Amino acid sequence: MTNDKKSGRGSSARGMGRAALRGLALALVSLPGAVLCFVLSLVSIALIPIGVGIVTTPWVLTGVRAFADWRRVLAAEWGGVRIPPAYRPLPPDANPWSRTFGMLRDPATWRDLRWLPVDMTAGFVTALLPAVLLLYPLEGFAIAAGLWRVFVDSTGGTYWYGFVPVTDQTSAFGAAALGLGLLFCAHFFTARLLQVHFRLTRAVLGSNQGELAERVRVLTETRRDAVDTSAAELRRIERDLHDGAQARLVAMGMDLGTIEMLLEKDPAKAKQLVAQARRSSADALAELRDLVRGIHPPVLAERGLGDAVRALALRLPVATEVNVELTGRAEAPVESAAYFAVSEVLTNAVKHSGADRIWLDLHHTGDMLRVSVTDNGKGGAVVGAGSGLAGIERRLGTFDGVLAVSSPAGGPTMVTMEIPCALS
Amino acid sequence: MRVVLAEDLFLLRDGLVRLLQAYDFEIAAAVETGPELSRALAELEPDVAVVDVRLPPTNTDEGLQCALEARRKRPGLPVLVLSQHVEQLYARELLADGSGGVGYLLKDRVFDAEQFVDAVRRVAAGGTAMDPQVIQQLLSRRAADDQPLARLTPRETEVLELMAQGRSNAAIAERLVVTERAIAKHTANIFAKLGLEVSDDDNRRVLAVLAYLNHGR
Repeated sequence: MTNDKKSGRGSSARGMGRAALRGLALALVSLPGAVLCFVLSLVSIALIPIGVGIVTTPWVLTGVRAFADWRRVLAAEWGGVRIPPAYRPLPPDANPWSRTFGMLRDPATWRDLRWLPVDMTAGFVTALLPAVLLLYPLEGFAIAAGLWRVFVDSTGGTYWYGFVPVTDQTSAFGAAALGLGLLFCAHFFTARLLQVHFRLTRAVLGSNQGELAERVRVLTETRRDAVDTSAAELRRIERDLHDGAQARLVAMGMDLGTIEMLLEKDPAKAKQLVAQARRSSADALAELRDLVRGIHPPVLAERGLGDAVRALALRLPVATEVNVELTGRAEAPVESAAYFAVSEVLTNAVKHSGADRIWLDLHHTGDMLRVSVTDNGKGGAVVGAGSGLAGIERRLGTFDGVLAVSSPAGGPTMVTMEIPCALS
Repeated sequence: MRVVLAEDLFLLRDGLVRLLQAYDFEIAAAVETGPELSRALAELEPDVAVVDVRLPPTNTDEGLQCALEARRKRPGLPVLVLSQHVEQLYARELLADGSGGVGYLLKDRVFDAEQFVDAVRRVAAGGTAMDPQVIQQLLSRRAADDQPLARLTPRETEVLELMAQGRSNAAIAERLVVTERAIAKHTANIFAKLGLEVSDDDNRRVLAVLAYLNHGR
């Protein structure tokens, strides 16, 4: 019991000290940093009309973003306050002109610039206060311990500690009492004051609206992709049925009609046609089977993603090592997307990498389905226009999944996919 | 010969019953769900079971699971699994215990009544009947990265395929329109190239071939 209390008090004292130190560090950095960023930004933007600003503004604003991002990280690490950045992406090969105006059109930029003056004033004060609250009482104690003589002698009269006039040892003890009172307050407020600083930062710098807008944009895009893809898929299925199985069944019906007529007149010819009809039906079945495999592979329906991927690996002409760690099954659409993505990646690896071994790892941790496909081929795969990998990226995007490719020339290639999902 | 039949589609079940009856099989039971199949296999002790992979109530691979379970309880219970599609994964699971008496065929093979009934009989007798598609997948896969298979002549590959399906030398000879002695020579060559010991046992040689094909995975 006493131990608990002691350790509790100890940790709260440590927490207080840490908050004060962090506040001090933040205050020391935020004031000059914010002033520098703000002045540079203003100057750079002001110089745009004469052209110099076009070149400098992207650099300066990138610096401002880095500064803001660093503060976002600190807010998350020290205060547990998440401030998601919501900058619009810029094309990497844009010229300075479009970079400058792209950045200036971004509301996040103006939020940064609005935040800088707030950070150098209110932000500075709220960061400094925790430190002051902890360090100022120390001065009170020092005065009581005898430091008052130095101050009183040098100022030649009264030294004010807070609202206590210090003139002799008695009033110095008064200063110490005030210090004690302040320390008592500090015990309650240091950590909270630092928290206030981070909240303030979030209030000015963060933008829930921007995040929402970004989310809406992404959703609109992926929805359009999903609709396009599924419409194309339906057209393909319709065409395959029409040209394949349907046509064969029609031919079979015609054969059967002829057989009916020939049965008595020419049994030999009828027998020949029966054989043909049987072949047609077998072909129609084979085509339907391929079609079904393309829509929803049977093993996937029967066994789920793990075994479906194993079955896929068995069919590959390249030796493939499969490692699956799944405790349940994901939702059917997610399973299907993951399966076809894996299938496409494997096909790519077999076709283009020149690898003679492939390693496939499939596991689920923390609400994230992770698949990595590694081959020992020659590398050089890129995600870009026209490549199959871009298609996979789109497919996964529908489920907020992402694709990462590491493929240096000379290999090896590693493709990693992540889809957020829960297992049941 | 008593058969337990499991197939959820009424038309196909009816057709299979009639087909098997036409070839003098006795239908001990024709069921449509997994639990019914398990019960029938446990109680009726049939000579052979003909089972659809996908059965209610789960409509997944319930039929296959029931068959594997029944074989665990009664090793060597002959089971012929039918499926709308063939997967090596399932073939491996069926062959895993190495005790023979298994078959795995596409449902399409039912079209050729005689071959199908032949397969049922082979399985009931403890032999093997693997679908040509399974064998082909295995062969093409192995041929890509295995030297011994690449050394086979096209004719020997053909013979190996038929052998792996579970056919006897006589049946292979008939199929390829050559003499049985020629086939015996081919098989001896195949065994030599694959490094397998020659044996008279039909079942063992198929298993040996399949075990070889499975090797290294």
